[in-house]
Amino acid sequence: MDENNIIICRCEDLSLAELRDVIEDGYETIDEIKRVIRLGMGPCRGGTCLQLIDRVLAEYQGTGRDAIQQPTNRPPVEGMKLKEIAGGLDEI
Amino acid sequence: MKSKADAVIIGGGVIGLAIAYNLAKKGMDDIVVLEREYLGSGATGRCGAGIRQQWGTEMNCRLARKSMDIFENMNELLETKMDIELKQQGYLLLAFSDKEMEQFRKNLELQARENIPSREVTPEEAKEIVPHLNIDDVAGGTFCPTDGHANPFLVVKAYEDAARRLGVEINTFTEAIDITKEAGRITGVQTDKGFIATDKVVNAAGGYSCQIGEMVGLDLPVKPERHEILVTERVEPFQGPMVMSFSYNIYCQQTPGGPFLMGFGDPDEPASFNRKSSWHFLEEMARKTYKLLPPLGELRVVRQWAGLYNITPDRQPIITESKEVPGFYMAIGFSGHGFMIAPMTGILMAEMILGEDLSLDINLDLERFEKGDLILEPSVV
Repeated sequence: MDENNIIICRCEDLSLAELRDVIEDGYETIDEIKRVIRLGMGPCRGGTCLQLIDRVLAEYQGTGRDAIQQPTNRPPVEGMKLKEIAGGLDEI
Repeated sequence: MKSKADAVIIGGGVIGLAIAYNLAKKGMDDIVVLEREYLGSGATGRCGAGIRQQWGTEMNCRLARKSMDIFENMNELLETKMDIELKQQGYLLLAFSDKEMEQFRKNLELQARENIPSREVTPEEAKEIVPHLNIDDVAGGTFCPTDGHANPFLVVKAYEDAARRLGVEINTFTEAIDITKEAGRITGVQTDKGFIATDKVVNAAGGYSCQIGEMVGLDLPVKPERHEILVTERVEPFQGPMVMSFSYNIYCQQTPGGPFLMGFGDPDEPASFNRKSSWHFLEEMARKTYKLLPPLGELRVVRQWAGLYNITPDRQPIITESKEVPGFYMAIGFSGHGFMIAPMTGILMAEMILGEDLSLDINLDLERFEKGDLILEPSVV
């Protein structure tokens, strides 16, 4: 199958071909790849793509998936509306 | 890794890379950049991505104005592979008291002298510029239409690629452990991957610059301070300018891709290397935003993070060579606005290192702190 049609990150609409391009550019960590093509930075917070990128990177580097350094897991765990966090205007 | 270099730059953020690029462009041959993690992993990649020229001191106005010229032409100048996502839809600075408005008017005079196209706006005019703004307590403001945003990750990449093309050696995941001296002069940098002999070292280590200073025996007047940011889900563009206030303490901008970036500076934040995000920030940020920009309450927070400001006593950077340790250069203490003045910093530091005349009249040395006649930058969040 054409790797341009295999979507790795649905939020940012990134294909496997685009991911391979940045890996071939020399980027070796998920943290770097995230920042260059925004993989994993959409509203699902990397729910799918961060698992897939592990495998692609491990293949390239000839290591196991366990050897791939994971990016920082940042709060909140799930998207919350600002007004829900604010809890109404009374307290302001 | 090279064992000998004409200059070693410690710090692979936008400042270090801009210096490396400009040095190489001016013809220096062996330049090495050391970065402990990946490029942009420190303050650059954690910053609010804003670029503004509306400052309250001459030095900051000059650096910002000239840097904006470079951002406007950066794609061509650096032959970028990826567009740096420059967006110039202005910064709207809000005053919440007449006293603050007086300060703003002084700043406007200063900015006019530096050819910065900023102007005063009434609360009603502010609302015309940002229709969803709650102007209940707003006393007035200033607006500069050419201020805006650029993508810090892609600016880092642009400088990285351009520097590499000119032969700069960039070593990521390589830590500077010590700087060696002989008879008061620098002789090299010890890294965790080997020794590099050099007589010129540039401290561009951002929040960690005081640690690099210690390596040559200098107690630098800078302190690291955590600042936090959050980003929302992406939505259709509906806010052109960055909305910012120093007294209400907020900045909030919609980035070209659609998400909103926002932050504020906690006045009680202690000096530390803490880069962890906090629940307190999230709550306070949500309250501030929901009150000032009510429709943003509907947006979901996707992520929050923190980074380090490197703060000087006058909130202006230190761009100089050490008088005590010749060959030790510093581009530090940017106090939260290093990204936006990085392009000019890179040029000026390269000129300084090569002994050329400076293309901009600046005086940002260390001695100003000893004399004590500081001009305090009033416009920092």
